[in-house]
Amino acid sequence: MKRIYLDNNATTAVRPEVLEGMLPFFSEAFGNPSSIHWAGSQVSPAIETARRQVAQLLNCHPAEIVFTACGSEGDNLALKGTADALGERGNHIITTAVEHPAVLDTCRYLEKRGIEVTYLPVDEEGLLDLDLLEKSITPRTILISVMWANNETGVIFPIREIGAIARRHKVRFFSDAVQAAGRLSVDVQEAQVDLLSLSGHKIGAPKGVGVLFIRKGNPLTPLIHGGHQEMRRRAGTHNVPGIVGFGIACQKALEELTSVPRRVESLRDRLQDGLLTLVPEVKVNGSLRHRLPNTLNLCFAGIEGEALLLHLNIAGIAASSGSACTSGDLGMSHVLEAMRVDPLLGQSSVRLSLGRNTAAEDIDRVLEVLPPIVQKLRDMSPFWQAGSCCGASGGY
Amino acid sequence: MYSDKVLDHFTNPRNVGEMTNADATGEFGSSHCGDTIKVFLKIENSLIQDIRFKTFGCAAAIASSSMMTEMVRGKTLEEALKLTNEMVAEALDGLPPEKMHCSCLAADGLHKAIKNYLDGNK
Repeated sequence: MKRIYLDNNATTAVRPEVLEGMLPFFSEAFGNPSSIHWAGSQVSPAIETARRQVAQLLNCHPAEIVFTACGSEGDNLALKGTADALGERGNHIITTAVEHPAVLDTCRYLEKRGIEVTYLPVDEEGLLDLDLLEKSITPRTILISVMWANNETGVIFPIREIGAIARRHKVRFFSDAVQAAGRLSVDVQEAQVDLLSLSGHKIGAPKGVGVLFIRKGNPLTPLIHGGHQEMRRRAGTHNVPGIVGFGIACQKALEELTSVPRRVESLRDRLQDGLLTLVPEVKVNGSLRHRLPNTLNLCFAGIEGEALLLHLNIAGIAASSGSACTSGDLGMSHVLEAMRVDPLLGQSSVRLSLGRNTAAEDIDRVLEVLPPIVQKLRDMSPFWQAGSCCGASGGY
Repeated sequence: MYSDKVLDHFTNPRNVGEMTNADATGEFGSSHCGDTIKVFLKIENSLIQDIRFKTFGCAAAIASSSMMTEMVRGKTLEEALKLTNEMVAEALDGLPPEKMHCSCLAADGLHKAIKNYLDGNK
């Protein structure tokens, strides 16, 4: 049985070019880049090359790139670092109800420390009201934090417009671009973003490396003290192989930006159209117009998402769900909840996220396997009667 | 994460479906995660002659529903009322801790159907 991986928003495979580029930095060029001897000087240029490669993807200066250990660290550093550094100026942060937990949980932590946080709502398509965002700015606002694209639904936010609003009000602007990188053009000049986080393993680099772009002139209090690394913005010995791999992954992503996302999008659209044709009462979650090219989030009325995922897994297809009963988290996805998806319908949500390795045959196979699974689960569901779902309300 | 028995009952659930001539039905929903079971009973001389179920829920909920029906078919109502969630989970070779509430569904749905039957026969 061929295994099919449709969970690229969770993580991606390390690209062969990335792995190849990393290998010398484990036991040949193993030095600590901070050392002055030959072993150290063997590796420090590689870090600066990677920094330039990341800077090219984001269209920024290499000195504005700080290497971290993951996307969550970048989110924490941007929020806590700003709250601490700008504590004299204000105590208000504006974010959205649909951010990644690395942003939301950090905001809740900051609330306990006296920071006020506005969580902007989204509409049924998962989109923001920019007038409301602008009206939420007060003289005490120190940061606007809006993700570039949502990890669950793929909904893309108007980062350029938000950047312009932030600039107009002289408020610092942070965007978690973990899901956007490599799938969209992420240009920090065009978007007027001041801080931006990335994660290596979402774009074909290994796990354990991330980036925070910090625009010059936006001081942050570090999270990790203890060394001079990253111009005192992030202490800790560099993850040299990971950083080298991240650089190559960014270079590749930039080279492929005009080709791969378009191909992935046409596969995603074929998957979406196929499922909407083959399965009755399916709802696509999130704006169809403003959505990542690789993400498809669906609700299948009358069934529960985890049951569907497990059947898909038995058939060799890896996908994920934001619904109840997964990974020990028993609530409905906060993203679908914010979009006011019916709670029963929300439990049937499944996310299929394609990647550069997704093949047309993979889509054919999903279209063959998934509809009968949905039918089987609906046949045993008390909420599914005579071809309709009594528990779900409209909107298909 | 799941035992072979859970996967077996999940992929090939026993006694799934509705019953047109049921003597009693009972529906139970978990307020915790929305999982819901509907139990249909055919009862003769206080014996469960036949049983069917329909379940909305995760793999643990479906497997424990299926296992429950196997455990009480042919049993007296009195015996069936003694079935506990723990017994269903044990018969499935255990459930992950965070899934234990799913096995509650099966025993509670069964007990609700029996209670409805006994109330109707008072």
